Amino acid sequence: MSGSHRDCEPPYLYADYRSTVRRAPGRELVRLPAEWFHELPGPVFGRVPVLPEDADLTRQHHGEPLGERIVVSGRVVDSDGRPVRHTLMEMWQANAAGRYADPVDDHSAPLDPNFTGAGRCLTDGEGQYRFVTVKPGAYPWRNHENAWRPAHIHFSLFGPSLASRLVTQMYFPGDPLMALDPILQSIPDQSGRELLVAKFDLEITEPEWALGYRWNITLRGRNATPREQ
Amino acid sequence: MVETPRRESSRLGEDRVPTPSQTVGPFFGYALPFEAGADAASGAAAIRIEGQLLDGDGDPVPDGLLELWGGQQFARCRTDAEGAFHFTVTKPGTARDDEAPHLEVTVFARGLLRHLATRMYFPDELAANASDRTLNLVDPARRHMLIAHPDGSVLRFDIRLQGESETVFFAL
Repeated sequence: MSGSHRDCEPPYLYADYRSTVRRAPGRELVRLPAEWFHELPGPVFGRVPVLPEDADLTRQHHGEPLGERIVVSGRVVDSDGRPVRHTLMEMWQANAAGRYADPVDDHSAPLDPNFTGAGRCLTDGEGQYRFVTVKPGAYPWRNHENAWRPAHIHFSLFGPSLASRLVTQMYFPGDPLMALDPILQSIPDQSGRELLVAKFDLEITEPEWALGYRWNITLRGRNATPREQ
Repeated sequence: MVETPRRESSRLGEDRVPTPSQTVGPFFGYALPFEAGADAASGAAAIRIEGQLLDGDGDPVPDGLLELWGGQQFARCRTDAEGAFHFTVTKPGTARDDEAPHLEVTVFARGLLRHLATRMYFPDELAANASDRTLNLVDPARRHMLIAHPDGSVLRFDIRLQGESETVFFAL
């Protein structure tokens, strides 16, 4: 595995993101031999309920949510280039004002009674997915003085193996907060950070209705080796 | 063109850079837990597992998410204000002679830029645990941290993210 691959993963300890300091493991991770690694079975996620309407976050309530309606779509492949078919994707996000529907969120921005901000889908036979939602707002957090998270959507994916499990965040192109965000900047290599930024896409954009963003995802495949510490 | 040629290619066998991980953050609680998500089994063979997720100061992690799988079972539990979690599962079988029954345990939390992976083994499998190829890779002084211990009618399995008695985590 090349050095550039390693530099595209964040470390566990990244002091600029304060919460890592008492939560990052301090000991070396135990490495399994590569041939065992590939035998590790993945989770069977079939108990997680997925309904077709779960992929449209603008139609989960009686009225329409406020905000800029968007489509986020792309393809999930593994690092060997194979489509990851029929795998579970979960996503969650703040509303257009930058507030999560989670009771833990105490930001003063308003909740939207027509927006929960959580979706699920399965990728199709080609690894494609598509969510309809509204663009999330930026919001303040208390990591450092005047800290704001760039607009982002959280994603969770399974794939076929223990190694392919991924929880990450997708960002929006041109957001000036990205350069100031320790969570995104924890990824050492610029090319790795760019993998988390969606691209505006006129083909996905639907006339008179919603802006389109393309975001392709690569899960670790059969030839992947365990990550470095 | 910002994107690298490597990622643009659609050829098989291409060594693409995996999409990097980011923290699950603190606000997943309304999105990821699902109905009866922590309980993958019921009935006489069901085993209840209880534990606590602790940080490097020994303080509870109240915003963690644990996933557990083994055999055909998958379960998910959010930690509570005391960092406590619980699961109900059955003991899975084993595919190999040199493996003891175990559950894969994955830890997500605010402050974990990548998730962590550990395993839970069963305390009533002394012989199988002694010949388990993965346990035998682990420093003998730390092996016991991968084995749950009986606590009344439940199995206790605490997870310490950092510190003197840090849980054994595996590279993924």
